[in-house]
Order: sequence, then C-alpha cells, then structure tokens
Amino acid sequence: MMLRIGRLLGVLFGLVGLWQCIVWMTGAAHFILPSPSHVAAAWLRYDILILTHSITTATEIILGLLSGAVLGIVSALSLAYFRPARLWLMPVLVASQAIPVFALAPILVLWLGYGMVSKIAMAMLIIYFPVTTAFYDGLRRADPGLLELAQTMSAGRWATLCHVRVPGALPALASGLRVATAVAPIGAVVGEWVGSSAGLGHFMLLSNARMQVDVMFAALVTLAVLSVTLYSIVDTLLRRMIPWSPDTHPADD
Amino acid sequence: MTSKTWSALGTSRQMPIQISPPSVQVLGARVAFGTVALFDGLDFDVPSGKWTCILGPSGVGKSTLLRVILGLEDGGGKTVVSCSDGLPLAPRAAFMAQRDMLFPWLSVLQNVTLGERLRGGDVNAGATRSRALNLLARVGLADAAEKLPNALSGGMRQRVALARTLMEDRPVLLMDEPFASLDAITRLRLQTLAAELLCDRTVLLVTHDPLEALRLGHRIHVLSGSPAYLDAGLEPPGNPPRSIGDPAILTMQGELLHQLDRAATA
Repeated sequence: MMLRIGRLLGVLFGLVGLWQCIVWMTGAAHFILPSPSHVAAAWLRYDILILTHSITTATEIILGLLSGAVLGIVSALSLAYFRPARLWLMPVLVASQAIPVFALAPILVLWLGYGMVSKIAMAMLIIYFPVTTAFYDGLRRADPGLLELAQTMSAGRWATLCHVRVPGALPALASGLRVATAVAPIGAVVGEWVGSSAGLGHFMLLSNARMQVDVMFAALVTLAVLSVTLYSIVDTLLRRMIPWSPDTHPADD
Repeated sequence: MTSKTWSALGTSRQMPIQISPPSVQVLGARVAFGTVALFDGLDFDVPSGKWTCILGPSGVGKSTLLRVILGLEDGGGKTVVSCSDGLPLAPRAAFMAQRDMLFPWLSVLQNVTLGERLRGGDVNAGATRSRALNLLARVGLADAAEKLPNALSGGMRQRVALARTLMEDRPVLLMDEPFASLDAITRLRLQTLAAELLCDRTVLLVTHDPLEALRLGHRIHVLSGSPAYLDAGLEPPGNPPRSIGDPAILTMQGELLHQLDRAATA
C-alpha cells in the first residue's frame, strides 16, 4: 500500500516536473500554458468554487454510471433471454454508439434542461454500450460443462440463469463497468460544455471565456483526480465482489 | 454384498427407498458427426447395482455415447434408452465428468449442495447441510468446506465433485473418465473411495485406462473399430475395488492392452 502511494506520488511528481520544464524551455506565456505553481495558486484562489462544481460533476457521473449500469444489465439479460429482444434491441444498441454523444448533447439539453438530468442522460448513453455488450458476451460464454451439469441436476431455466450464467458473466460485466467508469466523465463534461449552470465543465467554459487559463487548468486537474479516484474505487469494489476471478498479469509470467 | 441400498448414505431428502436401482438398456446407440457415424446400432445393458465399464481409445466416441444416453446430445437420433422400471433415466442419473465442473464462485460446501440450490431447495436446511458435511468428511475434506475451489488441488477438487455426485443420491451414475486427470496415487485412492461409496448403484464408467476398468468394473466392454462395436464383455473375478497387485488382474490388463492395440492397428 505504502509502495503504491509512493509510486503514485513519483508519477505525479514526474509529470509536474515535465510540465514545469516545458514551461521553462518554451517560455510560454501564462495564458497559453500556465506553470504548475500558477495553477496551484489558481486552485487555492477558487478552492470552494472548484469543490462545489466538482460535487455537481461527481454526482452526475455517479448517477449516470448507476443508471447506465442498470440499463445495460437489464438490456443484456433481455438480449440473452428473449429472441425478439435480440432482433429489435441490437440495432438500437449499435445506433446508440454510432451517433456521437456530442451530436446528441444539444438535443438532450433542449429536452431535459440545463440541470443535472441531461448530463446524467449523457453519461448513461455513453456507458450503455460497453456495459451491455460486455455482460451480454459473458452471458453467452457460460461454461458449457457447468450448463450441462446444471441440466443433469434438473435445473430450470430461471435457476440456470441465476446460478450459472449470471455469476459466470460477472467478470465480463466487471470489465464493462471498468470501461464505463473511465468514460462516464466524458459524457457528463460534454453535457456541461454544451449547456449547464454548474459543474466542472461549466466552470472551465467560464474560465476559458475570461482567459483565466490557469483556473481552467485547475479545474481540469481536479476532473482528472476525480476520475482516477472514482476508477480506483470501482476497480477495488469489483475485485472484492469477484474474488474467484483469476487475476494474473503477463508481466509476472 | 450387504443389503445396502443406494440411499444408505446419510439421510435422503425423500423417504429411504429400499429397492435396488434400475438397470439401463441402450438400444441402437448412434453417434454421428455429419454423415460419418462413429458407431451405429450399439446395444448393451448396464445391469442393476453393478459397475459397467466401457473401455476404448480416445476419439472412439465414449464421451459422446454417455452424453447421448443422458440426453445432452442427440447424436443423430435413434438411440433408445430405457430403464428396467419403465421410468425415464435422465432425472435419476447423475453425471461425473473428467473436468470437476466445480462452480468457482461457490464454496466447497455450496458446491456439494449445488443440486439442491439449482432446484430451488433450502441449502441451509439442517438436514441438507449436515448430510453435505458428512459426505465431505467421507471424502476427507471436512476442513475444506468453506474454501473456494481455486484453493484446492486437482485431487481435492475431484473429491468435491465425487461428494457432490453422492449428494445427488441418484440410483444411476454415468462417469466420463472422472479420474483421468489425476496423478497415479490420487487416482488409485479415488477409485477405491468411489467403488466403496457407490458399490450398490448402477454405474456406467467410460475410460481409456484398462487398469481402471479392471479395478472398478463388474463387467468390461471394449469399444473399438471404425465404425466402433462393443465386444461381448469380460467379467474379472472378485469384487471391486480390486487390488492392483493381483496377478490375474495384471494379466488381464496385458490382454486388454493387446486387444486395444490390435483394434488400433487393424
């Protein structure tokens, strides 16, 4: 644990150092590329404001993630268990990915307003596909040996779903949820850029308009920290929930 | 043999049934992949309360034959499976495969009570639990009840699978090389254990190991040729599990190996 934190600090220090070096070498103006110290000062100047906006964005991401995950899980189960769902839902699923979220964002803001709902919808939309396809693939790839064993034990369709297919698909679902956690902030922030009254995206847009590039960077760094923290929490939770799933790294072979 | 019945192991869910297990007749067994039949029109009996072994080289269709009997595959239709008491086989047959098929997310104890779980029964009921623990103790795994299968060795996993099979308490057992992936010593021990715990059931075991067949089988058929046919069968002397040191058994093993070899080169 100490080692992990140490490594994390090392990486952070390296990145900040690199950033500072670039500023020194190029002599960039502070409104083009502010130095780390400028950004830190800006953060401290606007700390309460940044934190308030972060809470809005975090709420949007988390709610979007939860609703997208639920929708994805339900969709995957229907795809796996009802033939008509496969025929009718699949095109919707693919279309949901073919249309760029950026193109949908203005419409969603128009329909759902400037508040959180449109951002939650955006995050939901962006994670719906990875969650659904990952879980659906997992459900389809249940171990045929376990399925046959269940059959010889006179298991019904429902019991086979609950006790064989779903648990077997959990590692796949976990992969989908990890991808979802990583991309959900994109949905929320895109929504905030298009039209909003709060959130880090909104704050960045305002700072940008006022040429407060250092403040914008402070918000950006906050967003990055938020995303990484959320990802590591979700990753840890998923690992805890699926202790049987083998966790090997090619680097250790 | 004593007058044990197949529900003699612990208390059964149902009333103890004091009848002998059914024998199974297989008529016109056929396994075909596309238009190529591995075998066609195999007829044989699996007598009540005895171990019948089908011995054959890899790829002859032994596993598929078991799956066809269980109804997991149709093998191209036409195979008729009937029991001496006229009831269908599938709901009364347990299946043990070469892979242990333990559910990785369930503990050892939960794996043993899997059948109850899958049929919507109460796996935490006192009787079920104590019977499962009793069976785990009989396969020597009383201490491993709460572990996950990942934490067990191959031999231990297969013993859990054996306990799970016994937990099902079914009169007929179909086994597909259940000990093939184990090391020699573990294999011998598990064969002895299985023979003792399943001595009064109708068992059909397919294997490619002549010694295994000779240790466990009341009757041994060799499946060979293309398309494959079953020979008339052989009944080694004495009761299973037979000793591997018995010269008669070792002689028979030699003969069976010759027979398999001739069939392979014919």
